[in-house]
Amino acid sequence: MTTQNPGPKSTAAHRAAMAGARPMIEIRQVQKHYGDYHALRGIDLTIRSGEFFSLLGPSGCGKTTLLRTIAGFEDISSGVVLIDGQDMQDVPANRRPTNMVFQSYAIFPHLTVAENVGFGLRRDPRSRAEKAAAVEQALEMVGLKGYSSRASHALSGGQRQRVALARALILKPKVLLLDEPLSALDRKMREQMQVELIKLQRQVGITFVLVTHDQEEALVMSDRIAVMFEGQIAQLDGPEALYARPTSRRVANFIGVMNFLPARVLGETADAVQIEAPGLGRVDIPLANVSQADPGDDGPSIGFRPEAVSLVAPGAQGANRVAEGVIDEVVYYGDMTYYDVRLDGSAGFDGQARPVRIAMRNVFGREVQDVGTRANVSWSPGSLVLFR
Amino acid sequence: MKGGGLRAYALIYLLFLYAPILLLPIFAFNSGTIIAFPLRGFTTEWFAQMWGNASLRRALTNSLTIAVSSSILATCLGVFAARASTRFAFPGKGPIMGLIMLPLVLPEIIVSISLLVVLLSLGVQLSILTVILGHTLICMPYATVILSTAFNSLDRSLEEAAYDLGETRISAFRLVILPLVMPGIISSLLMSFTISLDEFIIAFFLAGNEPTLPTYIFSQLRFPKQIPMIMALGTVLVLLSIALLTIAEYFRRRGIAKTGAKDTGGFL
Repeated sequence: MTTQNPGPKSTAAHRAAMAGARPMIEIRQVQKHYGDYHALRGIDLTIRSGEFFSLLGPSGCGKTTLLRTIAGFEDISSGVVLIDGQDMQDVPANRRPTNMVFQSYAIFPHLTVAENVGFGLRRDPRSRAEKAAAVEQALEMVGLKGYSSRASHALSGGQRQRVALARALILKPKVLLLDEPLSALDRKMREQMQVELIKLQRQVGITFVLVTHDQEEALVMSDRIAVMFEGQIAQLDGPEALYARPTSRRVANFIGVMNFLPARVLGETADAVQIEAPGLGRVDIPLANVSQADPGDDGPSIGFRPEAVSLVAPGAQGANRVAEGVIDEVVYYGDMTYYDVRLDGSAGFDGQARPVRIAMRNVFGREVQDVGTRANVSWSPGSLVLFR
Repeated sequence: MKGGGLRAYALIYLLFLYAPILLLPIFAFNSGTIIAFPLRGFTTEWFAQMWGNASLRRALTNSLTIAVSSSILATCLGVFAARASTRFAFPGKGPIMGLIMLPLVLPEIIVSISLLVVLLSLGVQLSILTVILGHTLICMPYATVILSTAFNSLDRSLEEAAYDLGETRISAFRLVILPLVMPGIISSLLMSFTISLDEFIIAFFLAGNEPTLPTYIFSQLRFPKQIPMIMALGTVLVLLSIALLTIAEYFRRRGIAKTGAKDTGGFL
């Protein structure tokens, strides 16, 4: 399993190893209709063996439906689902090599922790003692050693989640499906479970498919993320690419915070697009940073993340370009401060002022600026994305 | 005192409700044959008389047979109806569920006469079997309501989880759904049993020559000599009802404690 999961996520070595892994789930042209409602509109997707894959999107985008078609709970209207090269057309959920962790955890309340975890072993030919040992081992793996005889209804949310994980993993499925597994936990617990899930996935080497509406969760845990809107995949990429270079304005809006300013395209060269944006002037945007606008947008726009630019002292010299403006709003978060800055001349094309949000880490010695003071904003063309 | 009026009202209400029942055992052990104060003396003669009465035993056997059969039938059918209505969407669901609930509001006398006419025109012999059918019909709405509540409170993914873990649809139902709706099933059995046991009109019309407990008691009221024995019978029935409810409540609470569910209140 170490060959499949060589090291920390988002390292080049890890990515290279992942790219070479054989496909575990192949989804070809999958459509799903509920009466008049078109839930999945032609999904094409390959999930690699040993990958931590996330389906991310707002509620109603079809991500849960897609997960349930992989699990076998939903029939597809057309298309093909292959798991480990096998067509799943006539394979019901109880015979698929997948197991699921449900959003509600679906812990059987009338059974003890051990009975819950061992539930899937009922048809296992092993002896009673061997099964009990397997249950103990599974509980230890999720950090619930010694909980076997507890009543399952007396468990906390985090413990239920662990029982659900142990119950699914004890069957050694080829794919573990997780339907919003962390949404019912409080923030602290959620962050802790994110890290534990990553470790667990690396330890067992099983392909994980996670459904979530929480972009942060997807970015933290996944090798790759498919962003879905209205039954279609809008972008499929690794977390960094998804965050830094969203291919459409809609994806950019869904993942994190992004500032948008209207832009005017002036010309195009072999490797860049020249634009003009209010407050920033003329900029050459590298072709790799050129993405699609949404159908509803009025004209092209440029976008940048709040942390891709920074406030600098007046007159500071550096490689970056500097725009000037006035601080409109200051929001202090302890570790971070958010500034809304109105750039000079940003009310350019249509006379509408658009403050941009700038995130500054509150490192030692850096003072929080006041509302109304003049500010210099340092930025570079490489951190801008053009949507046209 | 604050709320004194309401307190008095509550007391009078309870007295009116339960005092007549308290009179039952008093007269059942009274040696006088006339149901009136002052009491004459202590006797267990009426209980002995009741025990030795063959037609009463026959009525009791009939009633128990009918009540057990119709409560099991109504509960089984109720499980089907509740499962169908809470889990699946199908055309005509509303009207079908409405028709199942209809006997709840139909006058029983109408139901009885219509059943009698239909059964006679079909040439069916009247017997306790026909009473069982009639009682199943009127118990169905209660069973369906109780069981729908039980099925509705289940997380749908419990069943999916069992299926996902390798069970078949049927074994998933047996291993997960059935134990969790068991308190509802017990409530439904108990409710149907109680309704059937003291039902008079349908039993009167559909039993033919077979007596049931209510029709037998009614027939005996014409003979003043028999009334002390009826009091003794009433005493036994009250005690049995209390015992039955206690047992049912015990199982209901145990079921709730076992699954850690919130107690939403049962019969008691």
